[in-house]
Amino acid sequence: MNRRRFRESVFWRQFRRNQLGLVGGTVVLVLGLAAVLAPLIAPYDPAAYNVKQILLPPGLAHWFGTDQIGRDVFSRMLYGARISMAVGFVSVGIAVVVGTLIGTVAAFYGGRVDELLMRFVDLMLNFPRLFLLLTLIALLRPSIWVIMAVIGFTGWMGLARLVRGEILSLKEREFVQSARALGARDRRIMFRHILPNALVPVLVSATLGVAGAILAESGLSFLGLGVQPPTPSWGNILIDGKANIEIAWWLSVFPGMAILITVLAYNLLGEGLRDALDPRLHQ
Amino acid sequence: MLAYAIRRLLISVPLLLGILCISFVMLKLAPGEPTIIQQDLEARASGAQRETLRQLYGLDKPIYVQFGRWLWRVVRLDFGRSYMPDGRLVMDKIRERIPITLGLNVLELLIIIVAAVPLGILSATRQYSLFDKGMTLFVFVGFATPDFWLALLLMILFGVQLGWLPISGLRSLNFEYLSFWAQVWDVLSHLILPVLVAAFGGLAYLSRLMRGSLLEVIRQDYIRTARAKGLRERDVIHKHAVRNAVIPVVTLLGLMVPGLLGGSVFIETVFSIPGMGQLFVQSAFSRDEPVLMALIVIGASLSLLGNILADISYGLVDPRIRVSGGGAR
Repeated sequence: MNRRRFRESVFWRQFRRNQLGLVGGTVVLVLGLAAVLAPLIAPYDPAAYNVKQILLPPGLAHWFGTDQIGRDVFSRMLYGARISMAVGFVSVGIAVVVGTLIGTVAAFYGGRVDELLMRFVDLMLNFPRLFLLLTLIALLRPSIWVIMAVIGFTGWMGLARLVRGEILSLKEREFVQSARALGARDRRIMFRHILPNALVPVLVSATLGVAGAILAESGLSFLGLGVQPPTPSWGNILIDGKANIEIAWWLSVFPGMAILITVLAYNLLGEGLRDALDPRLHQ
Repeated sequence: MLAYAIRRLLISVPLLLGILCISFVMLKLAPGEPTIIQQDLEARASGAQRETLRQLYGLDKPIYVQFGRWLWRVVRLDFGRSYMPDGRLVMDKIRERIPITLGLNVLELLIIIVAAVPLGILSATRQYSLFDKGMTLFVFVGFATPDFWLALLLMILFGVQLGWLPISGLRSLNFEYLSFWAQVWDVLSHLILPVLVAAFGGLAYLSRLMRGSLLEVIRQDYIRTARAKGLRERDVIHKHAVRNAVIPVVTLLGLMVPGLLGGSVFIETVFSIPGMGQLFVQSAFSRDEPVLMALIVIGASLSLLGNILADISYGLVDPRIRVSGGGAR
């Protein structure tokens, strides 16, 4: 889509009206840029320790202070943003692929296949997700790849239900029936007419999913079962925050604030997209 | 109604079997087996000793035999012995922690209900007011706040800066020497922060549900009728609307069980509370498979139970569900 058409599209006109969604989108963009450009922005090497400058409170030299071995917290958080974004996008990518695949197969074949797959979804939803995550990570040993895979493969169930429901309702819509009446084959109907329309709510759900994945990663890292030090992550900086809670509040306050702002931004963006993309809400 | 409850229970049996099946597959698919961990501790173990260990754990049998044996033991709540050096029975380890986690969760649920229902009513009756907007903001922030971080903030404020509340464990070190009432206060003061933090997220969620539910009820015809009769607005809301709006919200509590169990993991870890959540994290670190399996089976079964209770209570209040036989989804 070229720029002009995008500006004039219904979607953009609707989305622009939603101020909170715009704020969320802007924050998401800024955070994404900060993560990508972290090596250029970071004032210090995130791994460089300095025993003469341990646990310095926030100041001009170290905006967010230093940790117990004198590393700059602001620089570490910038690199932590890369981890959060990477985990968020990759794990949601996995969840979207698995969820769309299972939802599509269930809706397309129907009958026994549908029944079986949906029971499997019910089953997976019955495991407390955190228990499942912790068990899988314990059995596989924590690393960033395991974290991404595990968050992705435990987070696709809602998407599968969503895609299935969407396809089932699209199947009955007039434009699909007219395509069928015109003699389009199953595969063409599926890929040209149904899936593109079903993917709109998936986009919304994926945006909200990134927020959930970032929360999950930070939680796992805080428990010590996520991203392993010395690689910085917002969650594992908070471990230092807890260890030094009586003397260094900045180690707890700033990384958590970053998680809160990021998750909030993705949630607002997701809600904004939902409102802009759902024609039923425009009346 | 009884027939509906029984039918609902019966269709859960395959789900429970599925839960057990997935748990077992997870255990088996994981790389390495317990004998290797024990060899890490004893590097000089010979091949014959290894074989003895394999036989001891039944690892030399075909997989379906292993599953059958495992299933039979699980049904009798026999999860074997922990791999930890203490080698205690898994069920003993869990049993002593259940009351703590359960107690925390019950307190948490009580606070959520007691606070969320009035908050939801207030924002629904004053829709788009400043209060309602404030609540909406609170809900968004509540959803985005990691509870372990909120815990750290409150620990810094009330524990470190103000020094009002203790920040870890369930008792003080001098607990034994305190008088009875001092002991009661001691335990209570240790509980305040964990319960508040745990209730925070659920509070945001439930107050939102209550608001939505009440807004829906207020649009119904029988509310218009009540107003048309000339009832006072207060009576319309409290006697007619709220009673109908609160029912679907309360029935949804059962669906919160998985979230509560997950929350316990963070709360108990942050506040060093010896409950099931803390046991889970410790066992994950030491890869104590029997304990992990027991906890995940128990956790998933509790979630299933919560689901069933939610469905049944929903069926109780909404006869249409019972007749069509569909779930509350």
